[in-house]
Amino acid sequence: MPIVSRGFHGRARDTQRKLPPGQYETTDFPVLSAGPTPTVDLDEWEFTIRTETGARRSWNWAQLTALPSQTSTVDLHCVTKWSKFDTEWQGVSLDVLLEDVETSADYALVHSYGDYSTNVPLEDLLNGQAWIAYRYDGEELAPEHGGPARLLIPHLYLWKSAKWVHSIQLLVEEERGFWENIGYHDYGDPWREQRYQGD
Amino acid sequence: MARTAVSRRLGNRLRWRTARLTDGRVESRAARTLVFEVPGWPGHLAGQHVDVRLTAEDGYSTQRSYSLASASDGESVELTVQRVSDGEVSPYLTDELAMGDVVELRGPVGGWFVWSPEQKEPILLVGGGSGLVPLMAMIRMRRAAGSRTPFRLVYSIRSPEDQLYESELRQDEPGLDKTYVYSRSAPPQCPRPPGRITASDLSSTGWPPDFEPTCYVCGSTGFVEKASGLLVALGHHPGRIRTERFGPSE
Repeated sequence: MPIVSRGFHGRARDTQRKLPPGQYETTDFPVLSAGPTPTVDLDEWEFTIRTETGARRSWNWAQLTALPSQTSTVDLHCVTKWSKFDTEWQGVSLDVLLEDVETSADYALVHSYGDYSTNVPLEDLLNGQAWIAYRYDGEELAPEHGGPARLLIPHLYLWKSAKWVHSIQLLVEEERGFWENIGYHDYGDPWREQRYQGD
Repeated sequence: MARTAVSRRLGNRLRWRTARLTDGRVESRAARTLVFEVPGWPGHLAGQHVDVRLTAEDGYSTQRSYSLASASDGESVELTVQRVSDGEVSPYLTDELAMGDVVELRGPVGGWFVWSPEQKEPILLVGGGSGLVPLMAMIRMRRAAGSRTPFRLVYSIRSPEDQLYESELRQDEPGLDKTYVYSRSAPPQCPRPPGRITASDLSSTGWPPDFEPTCYVCGSTGFVEKASGLLVALGHHPGRIRTERFGPSE
């Protein structure tokens, strides 16, 4: 049973939109990163999927942006407690990128330019749930928000949506990423409030 | 006494605990330090944060994350909260929470933006505004541990009235060099004209990159983007620059 803080009333509740437990709504777009924002030159940009057998598929910038893209309006939930409703992204569905990949892996470890990584189950990247996103709100994706391209998995806490995405490594056994290694949850479902290992 | 080890028993660390306000200090025109007694607190590292949960009479509850300001010290935990005038939580914490009142708290959280006295390399702390708070925990941990690791602090604030921990930082402390960067209005004796942080602020008073310092940068997104970008441009390796950004600065 939560303990009541005397005299705390909170804001008027917006009953129209439901927030995951412990989250509050913001209309800003806050930034969270562990280090400096990396500079990635589009001429050298590359995105690679590697399977457990070592097979690789890579796309350069022109190849990625030539693929059919989708525009999606999704809600974002950051483990630092803010949520942002109705954000509009354009990108390539992972269904398209993974379509011809042969694998028996169940897990993915996503790597970024600048050494960030995060782990997700492979099935969470499929079935219209995840994108390599390169436009936000009708504009090129800004570097501090993960540009030129980031992973977008809006049904999980936002640290899973790796900024500056560089590759996805498919794995038979789960390996932990950057935040997961220091105590954040392996799955990170905001609706079940899976913030930290053990939640 | 200060502890450097943190309990690894997650079940214990992630339990919501009742925190009772036992002391408060006004730090600046918009910031207040809250001292809580937290029974069973497992200790923390300098730079970690906590989740704070507030629940209203009608059951509505909301959470925020705040950096720990104090070095680990038994069951006493200090947070410094900056008031955001239209915020839902911070005005309650800075203006309404009274001695004996309770909030819920869990943690410590975060294992990346931390400094521990076992680190021997020189340290550069770059703080903007209330981004000083976790850096102050590192300074206090250094003092509590009797560490002689050389620290340099570059602290950017709008004006002298915004400075946190003024009397504590005014004391001379061997091995801790402090530089103030005023962005809007500087005190009359300050030779540097007011303005945003520059490469020369960081190169003249920070460490040369070949000393391989670990750099901790904390503040608003704009400040952290600027300062960490300057450090990279000066030749500091991105892997030695750790950042913490205050989102909607609540």
